[in-house]
Amino acid sequence: MRVGVVTFPGSLDDVDAQRAVQVGGHEAVALWHGDHDLRGVDAVVLPGGFSYGDYLRCGAISRFSPVMTEVVEAARRGLPVLGICNGFQILCESRLLPGALIRNQRQKFLCLDQPLTIENNRTPWTSAYAEGAEVVIALKNGEGAFVADEETLDRLEGEGQVVARYRGQNPNGSLRDIAGICNERGNVVGLMPHPEHSVEELTGTGTDGLGFFTSLAASVLA
Amino acid sequence: MPKPEILDPQGKAVLGALPRLGFSGVTDVRQGKRFELAFEGEVTDAVLAEVEKMAETLLSNPVIENYAVRVES
Repeated sequence: MRVGVVTFPGSLDDVDAQRAVQVGGHEAVALWHGDHDLRGVDAVVLPGGFSYGDYLRCGAISRFSPVMTEVVEAARRGLPVLGICNGFQILCESRLLPGALIRNQRQKFLCLDQPLTIENNRTPWTSAYAEGAEVVIALKNGEGAFVADEETLDRLEGEGQVVARYRGQNPNGSLRDIAGICNERGNVVGLMPHPEHSVEELTGTGTDGLGFFTSLAASVLA
Repeated sequence: MPKPEILDPQGKAVLGALPRLGFSGVTDVRQGKRFELAFEGEVTDAVLAEVEKMAETLLSNPVIENYAVRVES
């Protein structure tokens, strides 16, 4: 499959995400924030980093970049979209996902090997995992606390839209230990941890993140 | 401003720092943002309506923040 990875001004993990896409068996296609063009890709990754310097709010300015108009429209048609960290923040600011991400409860930037439980393996990004799979994936964020009103949280839980949850100690104050969610249809997934940093033994925290990139083929062939 | 029900870690950090500096009596601190927008000519109702739209779409995130608009000369 051809998987687009968007580069915004201030993206940091776009090249890592491209590499993870390739390790996962796909062709990585570089997409540019300033283009109204998805170049015919089969899926899109919004990578981590500090797009627009995190000015105003994380993801708030990127949301209005030309490429996001296309991403939002394609996502509504069912295109698989994965937002990682800053990408998750952009998806929330775009209203493709509910809720918002605010400053970590203890103010500090985090960088750790984070235990997670994959709770929803019915999305195109998580179908390679067993339901309830326990994995360890790199987590690094300053504004990673997921918040939403009680009604939204109940709905996310009730509809199985919590994709991943922090296991053990909650690292950043996310409500209900939420690490990742999806939209109602399941094609749009936002994730605070960084699976693209956990795809090769040589670097990172092991290969537990690879499933996010191998899932695509499995879900399309299924 | 962050909505009342939203935890404000920055405000909490400031609240924690005040007593360390000898300031007492503060029971809560919430930290928000202030934008100063300049316009040529009079700020009419139409301009204000535009500003409300700006506040809703870009300047604030209604999921977690409230806003208020005030005109100063």
